Amino acid sequence: MANQLHVDVVSVEEKVWSGEADMLVARTTEGELGILHGHAPLLGQLAEPAQIRIKRPEGDLAYDVAGGFLSVDANGATVLAESCQPASADTAH
Amino acid sequence: MPAQLQAMRRKIRTVKSIKKITKAQELVATSRIARAQERVGAARPYADAITQVLSALASKAAIDHPLLVPRERVRRAGVLLITSDRGLAGGYNINAIRTAEQLMARLREDGKECVLYVIGRKGVAYYRFRNRPIEASWTGFSEQPQFENAREVGETLIKAFTAGADDDLGDPGHDGVHGVDELHVVSTQFRSLMTQAPAANFLAPMQTEHAEGLLPAYEFEPDPETLLDALLPKYINTRIFAALLDSAASESASRRRAMKAASDNADDLLTTYTRAMNSARQADITQEISEIVGGANALAAAGREV
Repeated sequence: MANQLHVDVVSVEEKVWSGEADMLVARTTEGELGILHGHAPLLGQLAEPAQIRIKRPEGDLAYDVAGGFLSVDANGATVLAESCQPASADTAH
Repeated sequence: MPAQLQAMRRKIRTVKSIKKITKAQELVATSRIARAQERVGAARPYADAITQVLSALASKAAIDHPLLVPRERVRRAGVLLITSDRGLAGGYNINAIRTAEQLMARLREDGKECVLYVIGRKGVAYYRFRNRPIEASWTGFSEQPQFENAREVGETLIKAFTAGADDDLGDPGHDGVHGVDELHVVSTQFRSLMTQAPAANFLAPMQTEHAEGLLPAYEFEPDPETLLDALLPKYINTRIFAALLDSAASESASRRRAMKAASDNADDLLTTYTRAMNSARQADITQEISEIVGGANALAAAGREV
């Protein structure tokens, strides 16, 4: 599928999630942003605590992230987290 | 003679019960290697990603962060030594300790004082017994390290490093920390099931590798300096965590090999002792028979004469 963003979510202990998505929504210390395919290269520190949302045709995923960083380059987006848990349903938008 | 037989039986019983222990240890270690290796593999994506981010950042930001710049004058070096909590692991601990000792001897030759940080009960016991000072120690997680443990260690080390050696060893100085100007880590690298090699590595100041070729023009949120500030301690923690995981895998592999050798040895001993016991029993029987035959002959001879 064209115009899909490759997203990796890695925590210190393991790779949490990896796959294709329409959009990645995250909040850095500067503000919230959505990342689509072809986004300019970016390095960011995620706000504390942060929730990232992965929008996919199959349904959205959300993770609560602590101590996180965001890296976007030509190959896709990578979320680095010290700890990372799937967000509970009621906090997910 | 029966006394010797008894002694042999007792020896065999002893060897058998020791073998049960070594065999059990061997099996436990074998199952732990696989799990430890899995964890090493699972932690790799994060380590790779953070390394990549860091080298991108370091080539962009002004490189004057205290964790990156070598100090002009290094008065004191910190050495983090990773050992195991339990013994029965062959040369695992003593090899790591020896490597640390060599490193410290080299540092002292360069005129640097050494401050020791130890992980694992065995290393702590080694230095306590010799009345050598340990700056800080952590125990209880050598076989199954968690990231929390690495972070705890990392925070202490970074605090000492940022404080810098501005005081004498006897007196912690105004900031209350025995600061260091350099950090080294001695851990055991898992090469294969048969080889684990202790190695000393530089932890700080870090030598970042400038990525080859064209780097994408990154945007930074927040600015590169703040980002570097937040990222570098995390990178140190990741390095420590990786060293802990690698050491845990090495510890299990080393223990498995030592315990396998011990079990094999117990088997050999059992064979030898069983043979010795059989021949002792045979000798007893032979002697008894010859005594009986001798007695009967004597009786018969006596009867004829009457």
